[in-house]
Amino acid sequence: MSKDVRRVGKRIAHTAGREETIMNIREAIQERILFCDGGMGSLLQARGLKPGELPGTWNITHPEVLVEIHRAYLEAGADIVTTNTFGVDGIKYHEGSGFLVEDVIRAAVRNGREAIRLSGRDGFIALDMGPTGKLLKPLGDLDFEDAVRLFGQIASAGAKEGADLILIETMSDSYEAKAAVLGAKESCDLPIFVTMTFDEKGKLLTGGTPASVIAMLEGLGVDALGINCGLGPVQMKGIVKEILSLASIPVIVNPNAGLPRSENGQTVYDIDADTFADRMKEMACMGARVVGGCCGTTPEHIRRTVECCKGIEPVPIKRKGRTVVSSFAQAVEIDRDPVIIGERINPTGKSKFKQALRDHNLEYILQEGVSQQEHGAHVLDVNVGLPEIDEPSMMEEVVKELQSIIELPLQIDTSDLKAMERAMRVYNGKPLINSVNGKEESMREVFPLVKKYGGVVVALALDEDGIPETAEARLQVAEKIYRTAAEYGIGPEDIVIDALCMTISSDSQGAVTTLETVRRVRGELGGKTILGVSNISFGLPVRENINGTFFAMALENGLNAAIINPNSDAMMRVYHSFRALRGFDDRCGDYIQAYADEAARRKAAAETKKAGGAESGKSNESSPLASGIERGLKEQAVRAVRELLEVREPMDLINQEMIPALDRVGKGFEAGTIFLPQLLMSAEAAKAAFELVRESLQASGGEQEKKGEIILATVKGDIHDIGKNIVKVLLENYGYEVLDLGKDVPPKRIVDLAEERQVKLVGLSALMTTTVPSMEETIRLLHKRTPWVKVMVGGAVLTKEYADSMGADQYCRDAMASVNYAEGIFAG
Amino acid sequence: MDRMEKWLGTGKCFPWNDKEILRYLGHRGQEIPENVDKLIQECKRELEQAAAARSVWREYPLNIQDHVLDMTFVQTRSKNLEKNLKDCQQILVFGATLGSGVDILLHRYGRLKMSRAVVLQAASAAMLETYCDWKNEALRQEYQEKGWYMRPRFSPGYGDFPLKCQKEIGAALEMSKRIGVTLTDSLLMAPSKSVTAVMGLSRKPRICSVQGCEACGKEDCAYRR
Repeated sequence: MSKDVRRVGKRIAHTAGREETIMNIREAIQERILFCDGGMGSLLQARGLKPGELPGTWNITHPEVLVEIHRAYLEAGADIVTTNTFGVDGIKYHEGSGFLVEDVIRAAVRNGREAIRLSGRDGFIALDMGPTGKLLKPLGDLDFEDAVRLFGQIASAGAKEGADLILIETMSDSYEAKAAVLGAKESCDLPIFVTMTFDEKGKLLTGGTPASVIAMLEGLGVDALGINCGLGPVQMKGIVKEILSLASIPVIVNPNAGLPRSENGQTVYDIDADTFADRMKEMACMGARVVGGCCGTTPEHIRRTVECCKGIEPVPIKRKGRTVVSSFAQAVEIDRDPVIIGERINPTGKSKFKQALRDHNLEYILQEGVSQQEHGAHVLDVNVGLPEIDEPSMMEEVVKELQSIIELPLQIDTSDLKAMERAMRVYNGKPLINSVNGKEESMREVFPLVKKYGGVVVALALDEDGIPETAEARLQVAEKIYRTAAEYGIGPEDIVIDALCMTISSDSQGAVTTLETVRRVRGELGGKTILGVSNISFGLPVRENINGTFFAMALENGLNAAIINPNSDAMMRVYHSFRALRGFDDRCGDYIQAYADEAARRKAAAETKKAGGAESGKSNESSPLASGIERGLKEQAVRAVRELLEVREPMDLINQEMIPALDRVGKGFEAGTIFLPQLLMSAEAAKAAFELVRESLQASGGEQEKKGEIILATVKGDIHDIGKNIVKVLLENYGYEVLDLGKDVPPKRIVDLAEERQVKLVGLSALMTTTVPSMEETIRLLHKRTPWVKVMVGGAVLTKEYADSMGADQYCRDAMASVNYAEGIFAG
Repeated sequence: MDRMEKWLGTGKCFPWNDKEILRYLGHRGQEIPENVDKLIQECKRELEQAAAARSVWREYPLNIQDHVLDMTFVQTRSKNLEKNLKDCQQILVFGATLGSGVDILLHRYGRLKMSRAVVLQAASAAMLETYCDWKNEALRQEYQEKGWYMRPRFSPGYGDFPLKCQKEIGAALEMSKRIGVTLTDSLLMAPSKSVTAVMGLSRKPRICSVQGCEACGKEDCAYRR
């Protein structure tokens, strides 16, 4: 764009509103390389900012200093001045802190504008939004929606004051970056630039990669993305190269002035302005569209950079057209090398899963996730639809829980739009979405969500006329879906066509049509395909035969992603073999790794056979069940229970074998002959055995009697829950129903539940001295509103005296002590 | 620059302190069954994968007057720390973490397998301790060459060193930005496997250096050696 056009644009912007400005910065970045300003902190310190003083406050108390610094950068050639608002948020600025966020933001934008006026140059004012300094839940204590609100408040104030764009920077957590983007998008329509901080290995401090972050940010529709802080330009080069190879939008590079070192409490950087500028020239030549500096850089660094970059022809920005989903930690590309989507988190046809949903048994669901990951899934499908539960809130909860323990991207699988939106909102990455179809209504509902939150959407090749019988007709539906998506601004790379798998027992041509559709979507439309493979064999015996063969055929026809059960050996054999045969597995490394154990086992078995048969019945102990529990050998205990259930009554096993074994372990722990890991391994072996006994009881119409309900919680302010979890495992073993409220639990929630369920006993845990007051408050409230409740407490910092002084009924020095106390309470 | 892998890259294995792991697990000389030992070994390997150890430190002038410790970025009182900082003119502020990957493991097994969670908890605590010792030793040598003697590290919450100093330490080190360590409202560090500390720098050597548990005044602590 010519300078004149830009100037006109700016003038319109300042008189007639924002819309034109948006056009102009978005256009400007398409046309030429833009220059950002540099560091702020060290310049303020040089002008008297004290350690510990909030820099943002200087916008109001020292506006002349800020105007001077912004102006120096503009005169050095910067196009973008960044407001001095890093760390200015509602956590640090609020009623009582002297200044309100809005006041600081307004002053900061005004300082930028004043500098532009005085410099006589054109410039864009970037409203700077840095991290809150808090970690989001569950690892930290900041709620995602609270974070969205905090950022929204900043963006809204900045937009009203006339900022030209929002620069979200120094983000080292993708989840916080997402909160910031949503906060900005929902409170203004300014262009959004985002830069993340990577370490020298190209990882975020929270584990993400350039690929995972780019997938998420592009999905959210930001205008430009890149890297800042943490490293100097030398260390950044490789990462910038990677970002440029992946991103379809303009890339920003704002490094520090080299690496920092500390000298007498001052941080100094090791690169001078000339070296910096040389390096930045390389970045611009590689394709960076916005270049500037971060910590330690000065107007001189920027001046030299602008001079060095003069005359560089901007590298065109190309759409990469990659189909990528991501989690907080990794990106999965859906392309030629097939992707396995685990189908097990789905209640359809699984009575145990349904029961888990009704009981709110999230552990069961999480276990399904972990086991599929261990068996080789790349993405996990998440379907929690059951008529009698609140699907949107269950979906949100399960997504949050899964993404806090598993690194795999998720596929949000629901027909409930509310559930879909809530899951997409809280998801830390770019999800797969299952699904949209060719019906007008479906596309009208789903595409706006995809546009807003980002995602790759599974598109079923069916429409108002039903499931087309021919591949030709399915292709037509697919084309309609691509066209409509484009109208919403969703590219073909974010659509994966479900070629639809019809069961062959009712339609003998079903598989042939599906395979043709897969082949032609790829060949004629250049699209990606996905299949729920196991449908094909519905109604047939030994379904794995058909499923495995069909899976191989589909892969050979170009299938990109398969929704299957990764715990099925037959399916994974096909997958691993296909990759090895098709040249996706370099030197068959993955295949060899996947089957090394099996090969070793077979060899060992063959040798044993040669040596005269396996040693049998080696267990000469009186009871393999009891000894399995006592020694914490889960497999042995489970095997023993299975055998014993054939010949003995379930209740006998519990009373004569399992409880006595647990008691012996408990006594051993108290006497100091066994230690904590053994106690817990025993508890886990017992738990697995109990589950089998319980199933057997239920099958015969009986039920193991529950002794009663106990509430457990880690108190408000405390995010350590290991002690509480240990107690939970043991109490459950002893037949108690544990209502686990988790960690950081407000007193009121505990008391409300105690009242509602009329529980007899509440267990509270606190690890730190700072959270003991909230334990005290909880006890006080419990005694006041639910005087019948006994309260037991534990935690590293507590002592009996301390517990007594807080009014607790019992101090438990360890997990067994809480079991013993509970036994006393419920016996009486 | 100082991640676990690079350290391992020196060609040596991570120097695990098994005694310390067992101490955190409450071990008092009991026999260690084969399956427990196997679990401990597995957890160590898992942590070597998951940990991304990082640290940051800065040096500030120190002034002590009328029992007020002025470390430039914070002023506080603490008898225990004052004793520790006797004869010191400078202070090193130090922060270290194993990163959020370890917390994710702890969180996962805390939900699904407590035996593994407690062993990971103990092993990661020991790992962090070893990492800090190693970092501190390097700093000690570096400063000794410049004629400074470094005192053992002392953390907020040890003895009577107020925990609320965490805030100022976090800000002085820019911990959230540099190593990803944040503070909750109740001043807990997140990720949880993190440490902050101060180390005095003196021109005078000290013959006997008491450190770790023994340097702390809190004698009723559950984890005291």
